[in-house]
Amino acid sequence: MLNLSLKELSVQLEKKTFSSVELTQFFLERIKLHNPSINAFLTIDENKSLLMAKDADRIIQNGDKKALTGIPIAQKDIFCAEGWRTTCASKMLENFIAPYNATVIEKFNQAGAVNLGKTNMDEFAMGSSNETSYFGLVKNPWDLLKVPGGSSGGSAAAIAARLSPGATGTDTGGSIRQPASLCGLTGLKPTYGLVSRYGMIAFASSLDQAGPMAHSAEDCALMLDVMIGHDIKDSTSVERKNENYLPTLNDSIDGLRIGVPKEFFGEGLDVAVQVVIDNALKEYTKLGAKIVEISLPNNHLAIPVYYVIAPAEASSNLSRYDGVRYGYRAAEYDDLMDMYFKTRQEGFGEEVKRRILIGTYVLSAGYFDAYYLKAQKIRRLISDDFRAAFENCDVIMGPSSPSVAFDSGEKKEDPLKMYMQDIFTISTNLAGLPAMSIPVGFVRNLPVGLQLIGNYFEEAKLLNVGHIFQKNTDWHLASPKGLV
Amino acid sequence: MDWDIVIGIETHVQLKTNSKIFSGASVKYGGEPNSQACLVSLAYPGVLPVLNEEAVNCAIRFGLAVNAKISSYSVFARKNYFYPDLPKGYQISQYELPIVGPGTLTISNGSEDKIVRILRAHLEEDAGKSIHGVSNGKTGIDLNRAGIPLLEIVTEPDMNSADEAVAYAKKLHELVQWIGICDGNMQEGSFRCDVNVSVKKKGTSKLGTRREIKNLNSFRFIQQAIDFEVNWQIERLEDGGEIEQSTVLFNPDNGETRAMRSKEEANDYRYFPDPDLLPLVINEGKINSIRSEMPELPDQVKERFENELGLSNYDASGITSNRSVTQYFKQLIFKGASAKLAANWILGNLFSRLNEHDLDITNSPIKPEELARLIKRIEDQTISNNAAKKVFDNLWDNPDRDIDVIIEALGLKQISDSGQIDGIIDEVLINHAAMVEEYQSGKEKAFNALVGQVMKASKGKANPAQVNEILKTKLSK
Repeated sequence: MLNLSLKELSVQLEKKTFSSVELTQFFLERIKLHNPSINAFLTIDENKSLLMAKDADRIIQNGDKKALTGIPIAQKDIFCAEGWRTTCASKMLENFIAPYNATVIEKFNQAGAVNLGKTNMDEFAMGSSNETSYFGLVKNPWDLLKVPGGSSGGSAAAIAARLSPGATGTDTGGSIRQPASLCGLTGLKPTYGLVSRYGMIAFASSLDQAGPMAHSAEDCALMLDVMIGHDIKDSTSVERKNENYLPTLNDSIDGLRIGVPKEFFGEGLDVAVQVVIDNALKEYTKLGAKIVEISLPNNHLAIPVYYVIAPAEASSNLSRYDGVRYGYRAAEYDDLMDMYFKTRQEGFGEEVKRRILIGTYVLSAGYFDAYYLKAQKIRRLISDDFRAAFENCDVIMGPSSPSVAFDSGEKKEDPLKMYMQDIFTISTNLAGLPAMSIPVGFVRNLPVGLQLIGNYFEEAKLLNVGHIFQKNTDWHLASPKGLV
Repeated sequence: MDWDIVIGIETHVQLKTNSKIFSGASVKYGGEPNSQACLVSLAYPGVLPVLNEEAVNCAIRFGLAVNAKISSYSVFARKNYFYPDLPKGYQISQYELPIVGPGTLTISNGSEDKIVRILRAHLEEDAGKSIHGVSNGKTGIDLNRAGIPLLEIVTEPDMNSADEAVAYAKKLHELVQWIGICDGNMQEGSFRCDVNVSVKKKGTSKLGTRREIKNLNSFRFIQQAIDFEVNWQIERLEDGGEIEQSTVLFNPDNGETRAMRSKEEANDYRYFPDPDLLPLVINEGKINSIRSEMPELPDQVKERFENELGLSNYDASGITSNRSVTQYFKQLIFKGASAKLAANWILGNLFSRLNEHDLDITNSPIKPEELARLIKRIEDQTISNNAAKKVFDNLWDNPDRDIDVIIEALGLKQISDSGQIDGIIDEVLINHAAMVEEYQSGKEKAFNALVGQVMKASKGKANPAQVNEILKTKLSK
């Protein structure tokens, strides 16, 4: 069970080699054993998980099995799951039990998947190292001194350590792709609007998007199949014919035009990482693809633009955590204002407060035009860059992250350095494009991820291009030593 | 007085939808606190707003009713501020791009009509309610109202007296009910006005600094608050003081206004487009389909009644003051009552009885069919107008009775048989020879006395017109 892909697990469940209860128990045992050292999970509820597994076994018995029926999936603790503690890794929601299901959770439930538990993350998804979690940092299974990336660091570490065969993540500026890259996984951020945001605790509404994380593109395809779909509860979710990502996985990539943006290979990129990326691109040419040099001239503006728009939206989205109706409230206070101040001062961590302050500032009268409006204009330019680039290529490729996993504590005190982690991932969030990270090698025994960026709604193409690579290589099968 | 008064009004009209503007929660008034607060109303983590199409339709109806431009593209924004009854920490409202653009509303102030310009109208959600002192000094929060759809209608500063302001508020109040977008219930807060008041030296063009009187929910309060505020501002300026832009509250107990917060303390609301909601795009087809379902508007109906039915300006205004009154009137006409009599009866006897019992015309015990029959009995001379009032009173108390049965029972049937009247007159002329002599000697008054005697002799049932005519003929012989 340890190293089976979601697809293989599905086949074995169908064959009744083992039951969903056995499979779930297997992973719950592993979590009990290894989570204390990795801290990938924030909440485990054996009873709930096993009850779901029993239901799944019944469905399998009845011959009504669907692709993910009976398969344990870990859920990032940003998704509300009815009856489950849902914290967003914040003290603010330390004891918050969600009274309803996020649409993503609902869809996994309907698919018969087993909720294996809620994974650690950066607080309110703000961070690139999983060090901002109120519940402690997550360790990278490849090297426990290193960070797993963030914000979906718990999900990434859980999969890499074989504590879960798949997990959900969310990506606002790279929060699926960067941890996937740092933990040697495949992770996909879909086109904005493809997956419903209902029940996913908001960080920056115009950028947030949920997606699958697993070992392979094929497994991500299986999960994405379940996750997508128009949702009337999310006005920004798109109405389109549902796709099935499996049939096109094996399509030939002969003649595929891979756009390589020169801006992705300059200063700031670890040279050793660049070598690994170059090798992966060479592998692609061997598989029949052609390399086309492209330019994304405004990419250098992506980080400043992001750190105006995302905090602006966050400052407003997080206003609801005021101690009035649910969540943390300061123990003692003099009056209403004092209650607000103390509750928010004590309930939020440093990084969250930093971003609320930035966001409040850029939206303030007198600064709005200079920051927020200007950022929105540049955001459009960044989208235009991609539109122009896709005239000449089918997929854009480059590094997912400028470096491999770094030491815990290394960048924690230097937000600007930390923000640079997302230099290659943020522009796609601003443009709303789909992008994926796949493992393509190692530097100093730490995984390196290749980023694949597709045109709008071309998830099928990304998964296909990723799958062809993985059919011909085995980087995605590597597993960290010691834990497995 | 050497001061001009300048007034602009922002009205919050609660829209008559089945559910809240961004969720499916009920909007019924008076529920147990928080019984109509769904997860969206409570702003739970992860929930998202979904726009209620009904609210949009209401806004379009209003726009069409005031001849305004309906924006093909409008945007919902977040107005950020902290308050316990504002669960998200922001209110979703339309800021830079509202759904309804400039329009007009004609008010009548005494005999003259005046056009008030509507600057804009935008959709937004209501906040909840803070209930102070629920238990030992604590404040309770009721979020039933949070998320109820509002249309905020903003005028230009076009009104120049409290009377005009009230006339505007009344006209708007009638209109929103007429087009079916608001129940008009002011006690329950369905229609609330914020009134901006400033004064300036007569003849000058520069507007004075305004103060905004918040949340007035009765026409009387609007009148009182403006009167007080105007006097206060003038006194202050005449004493050499200055007006500070501020928000004031009206206290109905002492009729005074008092500053709540000044401009310096005003919030910076940090408006920005709500990323959870797509821009609202309205196409011409939708506007046309709503236009085709619009009722004829009160001003149009009034004009038509004047032209086609010959109603006076006064009667036509009264009949079109309210859609259900117009409906009632139309049914009277449909059942064959004459327009003039129908208007008289509604605006006279029926209204006074309804007011007496604090009833709406839709709850009148006397249904239009019955009133129409009564009016027809006057027209066909079965009963006199005076007798009809007695029948009406009887019918009010016994709405199930048949009109003809009442007429019969009360013996009110008019004598219109000229032979019979002839006989009665002859008898009177014989019995009151002195009066006849007086009349013939030139005392015109004696004629009326003779008519009186004839009516008396007929127990009030003789048709007065006939009596007049026959008596005149007989006396001139």
